[in-house]
Amino acid sequence: MQPLTNRSKAVLQKEMTFAEKLYLPAIINGMIITFKHMFKKAATIQYPEQKREFSPIYRGHHVLKRDDEGAERCTACGLCAVSCPAEAITMQAAERKEGEEKLYREEKYAATYEINMLRCIFCGLCEDACPKEAIFLTDRLVPTEFERNDFVFGKDKLVEKVDDRVDVTKRQTQNVIDFKQNKKYSHNK
Amino acid sequence: MENYYIFKIILVVALFVVSLVVAMYSTFAERKISALMQDRLGPNRAGPFGLLQPLADGIKMFMKEEIIPNVSNKTLFILGPCLAMTTALMAGVLIPWGGKIELWGETFNLQVADLNIGVLYIFGVTSLGVYGIMIGGWASNNKYSLMGAIRASAQMISYEIAMGLAIIALIMSTGTMSLGEIAAQQDAGLANIVYQPLGFLIFLICAFAELNRAPFDMPESESELIGGYHTEYSSMKLGLFLFAEYINMFISSAVIVTFYFGGYNFPFQNEINEALGLSTNMATALGTIVMFGKIFFFIFFFMWIRWTLPRFRYDQLMRLGWKSLIPLAILNILITGVVMWMNGKLN
Ligand code: SF4
Ligand code: SF4
Repeated sequence: MQPLTNRSKAVLQKEMTFAEKLYLPAIINGMIITFKHMFKKAATIQYPEQKREFSPIYRGHHVLKRDDEGAERCTACGLCAVSCPAEAITMQAAERKEGEEKLYREEKYAATYEINMLRCIFCGLCEDACPKEAIFLTDRLVPTEFERNDFVFGKDKLVEKVDDRVDVTKRQTQNVIDFKQNKKYSHNK
Repeated sequence: MENYYIFKIILVVALFVVSLVVAMYSTFAERKISALMQDRLGPNRAGPFGLLQPLADGIKMFMKEEIIPNVSNKTLFILGPCLAMTTALMAGVLIPWGGKIELWGETFNLQVADLNIGVLYIFGVTSLGVYGIMIGGWASNNKYSLMGAIRASAQMISYEIAMGLAIIALIMSTGTMSLGEIAAQQDAGLANIVYQPLGFLIFLICAFAELNRAPFDMPESESELIGGYHTEYSSMKLGLFLFAEYINMFISSAVIVTFYFGGYNFPFQNEINEALGLSTNMATALGTIVMFGKIFFFIFFFMWIRWTLPRFRYDQLMRLGWKSLIPLAILNILITGVVMWMNGKLN
């Protein structure tokens, strides 16, 4: 059989030599190794003060984007909820009234939009599914809570603030935009 | 005479406090050392460098819910950890912690009791420690605890023999069973390790087994027995068990140092004391500090081994005890006897 790697070793059960049977040389070798490790640099990252470097496309806390005028992009089409393998997303749609054009970009919008962060597996499929470039996962961490219900994040926590935009340019590359606007794919029709 | 009793009472209380503090910070040291050996940082949040961590652990232990299983034997269940703790604290009285000390115009030995059968007493008390484990494990009425208790007692019995035989050779060469005298004999001459290297090795291995520490921590092997004898214990009763282990470690380090490494003596001590012009008390204090240095080294050594070696299998443990250590210990006695006979020390 072809070995998968060149690191495989044949296992053999040979008689141990007297030195091996004594165990002491092996023990001393082991102790030297552990002692050397005492002076190596620790791999610890001290979390609240230091942060690990995140990948630019890290999939963390979701954001619901607004467009350049500050209107919410989400149109409550429900595609994200349908695509979500963990069934974490629920929403209720409502019709936009006269005079609310500044608030909501489309004629239909999400009156409530909730993601259960305990169900979410941060797969990012909701982001892929969204035809309106409304939902993105970001490199922010989901904060810890004490109660289960507190992990159901509503629009207050998901929609970005008008004056405090969340930068998703690293995720929204030209490839992504082309993909989203390509009418060949059924969900963009 | 009153002075004598006052001094002894002070010494006992001090010993009690020191044992507890050393044990407390051993838990901290263990966590820190294991962390360093595994390229981690270890506890560093409670206080500067995490120094208050033992206190935080203690408070945590006290605050935990106290659970006594319904099916357990309540009296014995409570007796178990008490026994473990009491016996752990008892052995310390025999250790000579330093030389002579002058107080109120009298001279005392820095040792609570110098029994002429001190070695026997130490053996008796340390083997009593296994009763705490046995009773606790049996009273929990839990299969894992029982397994742990059985292993603990079997291991204790097998290693006690080798340990005793190793000590017999030591007693032969020193000619006394009093710990005070054993320490005093290593005054100017060489430490006993030079005369008894094999005996020391056997004693050290057996000490690991008696302490139930890795690589011989059969009775509490987490991976197979879920904690062994203390599976059912919670809150401070669990704390007492864990604490007793650290006190035992401190005391056995002290015993090893006294038996084989000259106790409070150090090389060229008379010359150094004279050169520095130290008074008796100061010289004793220096000796005690040196002794604690040696003890801390051995505590470190115990931890070092624990974070280096994996656990023995149970049958390997028994094989090592009965088939290697006991014959070796007997051989050691023979060699000691022959050497003493050749040197004309036997009469
Ligand atoms: S990231 Fe995945 S699991 Fe989480 S809400 Fe989106 S689709 Fe659902
Ligand atoms: S897929 Fe996009 S537009 Fe549709 S409901 Fe989800 S977030 Fe809103």
